[in-house]
Amino acid sequence: MKVMAQMGMVMNLDKCIGCHTCSVTCKQAWTNRSGLEYAWFNNVETRPGQGYPRRYEDQEKAKGGWIRTKGGRLKLKGGSKARRLLSIFSNPRMLNIKDYYEPWTYEYDNLITAPLGQQTPVARPKSLLTGKPMKIEWSANWDDDLGGGPVNIEKDPILQKLAEDVTTKVKLEFEQTFMFYLPRICEHCLNPACVAACPSGAIYKRAEDGIVLVDQQQCKGWRMCVSACPYKKIYFNHKTGKAEKCTMCYPRLEIGLPTVCAETCVGRLRYLGLFLYDADKVNGAASVENDQDLYEAQMDLLLDPDDPEVLAAARAEGMPEDWIAAAQKSPVYKLAKVYRVALPLHPEYRTMPMVWYVPPLSPIVDVLTETGHDGEEVGNLFGAIEALRIPLEYLAEMFSAGDVSVVTGTLRKLSAMRSYMRDINLGREPRAEIPEAVGMTEESIYEMYRLLAIAKYEDRYVIPAAHTEQAKELDHLGCSLDGIEGVENFGGGPFGQSSGNPVPVTIESFLMAKERQTK
Amino acid sequence: MSSLDIMLWSVLPYAAIGSFVVGSIWRYRYDKFNWTTRSSQIYEGKMLRIAGPLFHLGLFAVIGGHIVGLLIPMKWTNAIGVSQEMYHVGAITMGSFAGVATLLGIALLIYRRRTTDTVFVATTKNDKTMYIFLVATLLAGSSATLSSAGVIGTEHNYRETVSPWFRSILLFRPDAALMANTPLAFRIHAVVGMLLFIIWPFTRLVHAMTAPVGYMFRPPIIYRTRDGRSVAGNRKARPGWEKVKY
Ligand code: SF4
Ligand code: SF4
Repeated sequence: MKVMAQMGMVMNLDKCIGCHTCSVTCKQAWTNRSGLEYAWFNNVETRPGQGYPRRYEDQEKAKGGWIRTKGGRLKLKGGSKARRLLSIFSNPRMLNIKDYYEPWTYEYDNLITAPLGQQTPVARPKSLLTGKPMKIEWSANWDDDLGGGPVNIEKDPILQKLAEDVTTKVKLEFEQTFMFYLPRICEHCLNPACVAACPSGAIYKRAEDGIVLVDQQQCKGWRMCVSACPYKKIYFNHKTGKAEKCTMCYPRLEIGLPTVCAETCVGRLRYLGLFLYDADKVNGAASVENDQDLYEAQMDLLLDPDDPEVLAAARAEGMPEDWIAAAQKSPVYKLAKVYRVALPLHPEYRTMPMVWYVPPLSPIVDVLTETGHDGEEVGNLFGAIEALRIPLEYLAEMFSAGDVSVVTGTLRKLSAMRSYMRDINLGREPRAEIPEAVGMTEESIYEMYRLLAIAKYEDRYVIPAAHTEQAKELDHLGCSLDGIEGVENFGGGPFGQSSGNPVPVTIESFLMAKERQTK
Repeated sequence: MSSLDIMLWSVLPYAAIGSFVVGSIWRYRYDKFNWTTRSSQIYEGKMLRIAGPLFHLGLFAVIGGHIVGLLIPMKWTNAIGVSQEMYHVGAITMGSFAGVATLLGIALLIYRRRTTDTVFVATTKNDKTMYIFLVATLLAGSSATLSSAGVIGTEHNYRETVSPWFRSILLFRPDAALMANTPLAFRIHAVVGMLLFIIWPFTRLVHAMTAPVGYMFRPPIIYRTRDGRSVAGNRKARPGWEKVKY
């Protein structure tokens, strides 16, 4: 057993209002630079819908993730190493900017400089790639709130995967039946396909907290990771020619602060904490034969932080005590493994994703309420979960490789929690049989309620600070103030944008903010 | 032999080697962040799909041809019974294929660069300069091939002139006289080629020097600690492979 720690996230989808605050604050923090205009390390997509980049879940096109060979070994879906090297001159799976969208701005200038005339001056959209006027035809959330209707929704790869009759039914009913938002960041996978696909060895997992990062110095722009990530969460910076991705805000986590997306989340639906997992077993778990067994295999990797054997092994690896304590208090471990209400997104990609989702119950409650039923009565809810086939199958395709029983189990727990707590809130006698019906106790269902519904800041984020004594030098400390002067030419060294020694990210954004504010 | 000859065939070669080696080391240390292919595939993929491999694979063949032609002395091939005739026919046939592929490839690449708005906007002055030297080298090289075959001018056996000169440079005993009387195409090709090597480290061509061959030999998942040390991952490299340090 090799115990390693992994920083993980859980998002409670019932609470997401699709406000995109997380996306915007993330963009301001990380991708407000040229070359990454089109990139959203955090994006929020409406489901059903095509997602961002368009139809990224269709793995037959870009061949992301892993597959299991007949011999039981794991192989990147994009092909062997040799094959990848041979296609290095033009990656046949590479995405085009149009799969995301062509970034643009508006000619605001024209509004104040246009000569006096008959027409009101307008700010025409201009492509940020060519500088020419363009027609805006797609964006990161073009089909937000089911915008574009059936025409766009039809192209949802998951709907297409579901049986034909289901698709037609969804087409007819989706406006009334269900819609939810899916905020997505990099999954910081235990078995990351991006790392395995990188010819330069520039992408790596941090041994301390499992965060997956791209070494900007070592990346040579071979762009194999872009197509290999099944979640399409690696972006090619077309100005620097290097890959960039969600960093899980590591400079913040290292000092014990939550990520920007979590901190600013309006719905307060994000949870951050540690998982302890057995690194020796990752490969085996990712190569189980049946897709639908992957969820359980992934659960088996997560170790119980209160198990003395696990603790001994963790200490033997040199894990600091405050990290162990944080793992014991971890909200993400509780939601994923103890209560089993958080599920991994697309376990069938075999990357062992570490951002988990509590699937939404609201679509089902809404239907019940609309049809005149009591949407919080446990009997009605249980019945509806069984009866509402379409949303369930859809959710199952997303979170359990199509195994409806997993999603059903989760939703039954959430229903039980609602009904049980309603009795308490209305001053009625709490009914112990409700938690029992879903295999929980009154205490545990109450605790789960506190975590999911009350969701105190300190319960949502249990983040142990980084240990500076472990690292020889932190990113920031390596840079003196002279360095700051030296980076004034950021954006135009002798070899194009940002040549010269790399600038720590914090200083870089400080300088850019300064420039904006003083111009 | 004029002093120009000395300059071109005894001094310039060392300037080229010096610039190439020192420039590359300097850039690798000072400007690693900009050491990239600066791929434009995200803007345009259809033409690149054909042009990219055509150019690069063609170029590999061309480079292979140069290695054989320049480094292996004629005596050796004669000794194993390859007559000048046989060698010549072989070299010309394979060389033509490689040359045509490379030229077609670069033609298509340049066409793509010029006609795709997004790619054209992303083309820097540096790139344009580099293209001039690259294309000039390729064109001069092709005409040298044609001239060695006697298609233009008189037939010329470069393995008695250019190749020994090239080896004399590598052995630090430059013999400029060998180059002085070769056909013009060879001399132009050599000079432009040397200029290309001089600017090489300062252009996007650097990506060729970090061709990722180590990829074949490393374990799939890489772990690093925050201070940059690699640690043993959960997966071993296949038996027989050496562990590669990352
Ligand atoms: S989700 Fe993140 S860690 Fe996983 S393969 Fe994609 S980029 Fe890599
Ligand atoms: S900020 Fe929170 S509520 Fe708003 S879209 Fe993002 S995840 Fe959803």
